[in-house]
Amino acid sequence: MGLFTGLKDSISRVTDGLFSEQEPKRIGIYGPPNAGKTTLANRIARDWTGDAIGTESHIPHETRRARRKEDVEIERNGKSVTIDIVDTPGVTTKVDYEEFTDEMEKDDAIRRSREATEGVAEAMHWLREDVDGVIYVLDSAEDPITQVNTMLIGIIESRDLPVLIFANKIDLPESSVKRIEEAFPQHKTVPLSAKEGENMDEVYENIAEYFG
Amino acid sequence: MPGATKANDDRRDGVQIDLISGERMDGMASMEKIRMILDGVHDGNIVILEEGLSPDEESKLIEVTMAEISPDEFNGIEIETYPKSGTRDSSLLGRLMGNDDTSNKLTVIGPANQIETLHKDETLISALVSRS
Repeated sequence: MGLFTGLKDSISRVTDGLFSEQEPKRIGIYGPPNAGKTTLANRIARDWTGDAIGTESHIPHETRRARRKEDVEIERNGKSVTIDIVDTPGVTTKVDYEEFTDEMEKDDAIRRSREATEGVAEAMHWLREDVDGVIYVLDSAEDPITQVNTMLIGIIESRDLPVLIFANKIDLPESSVKRIEEAFPQHKTVPLSAKEGENMDEVYENIAEYFG
Repeated sequence: MPGATKANDDRRDGVQIDLISGERMDGMASMEKIRMILDGVHDGNIVILEEGLSPDEESKLIEVTMAEISPDEFNGIEIETYPKSGTRDSSLLGRLMGNDDTSNKLTVIGPANQIETLHKDETLISALVSRS
């Protein structure tokens, strides 16, 4: 492939990702376990359709299968977008069933870890094949510079997918949005508390503007 | 032969580190690289890649790792990467030109139950490796 052909293809991929006219767009909610992805997905779904997507829990890997809420129409400031929200399991490179044995019997813990591994594999596959944009959710009370976060953001960037970073859990005293902004300065960071519903106007404004 | 027996015992007690050159990885398909890494990690080895994986290969490595996790046998990998100084190109033009830094990052991968990252910055990865 010639230099200019390659450049043209690359530019085309970028513009296709940002400005595709196909509706609805599939927006994957990605991030590490326990960042609050399902809480956010549920709040968005409830606010715009009246229904939730899935169960929220403090136990890691509660979401073990990607779940989709279709045709969520979000409108803010005269801009609107219709999206399918895809809530994915928290991405990790390791799953140990013994982490769950304090909360449940061994057999249940093993079943949960098996389902979690299948869910993460599926989420990675979908990221390569099946999403048009990404909402990357981070717990703002945790250090964002982890290998999984850096790797996932790199994978998303390499696919030229539009990505918004949501700094969740700003209701916690140890929250630091600045730490996330400094970790990933190349992307827009939006602070919020999905649990308390704080700053959701700005969340919807950014979704409508960025993915619309 | 007592000496040979002792050498073999020492080897069994130790942790093997595979340092894989960029040249060795050059001619390999993505899945060959992933298979080589995971075979090493399954054997309890620490695998160090002179040149890293592409983002697509990293994504597939996570996917394949998940498929191979099993209770009481293999619970995944620890992976740490840092870019070599001055080579990171995250500009739009750099990405348009396909510069995804594959050849400019050193990567350490090991079994999750044996390797623990103690410290990482731009120039140092410090890891504690235990015997299984």
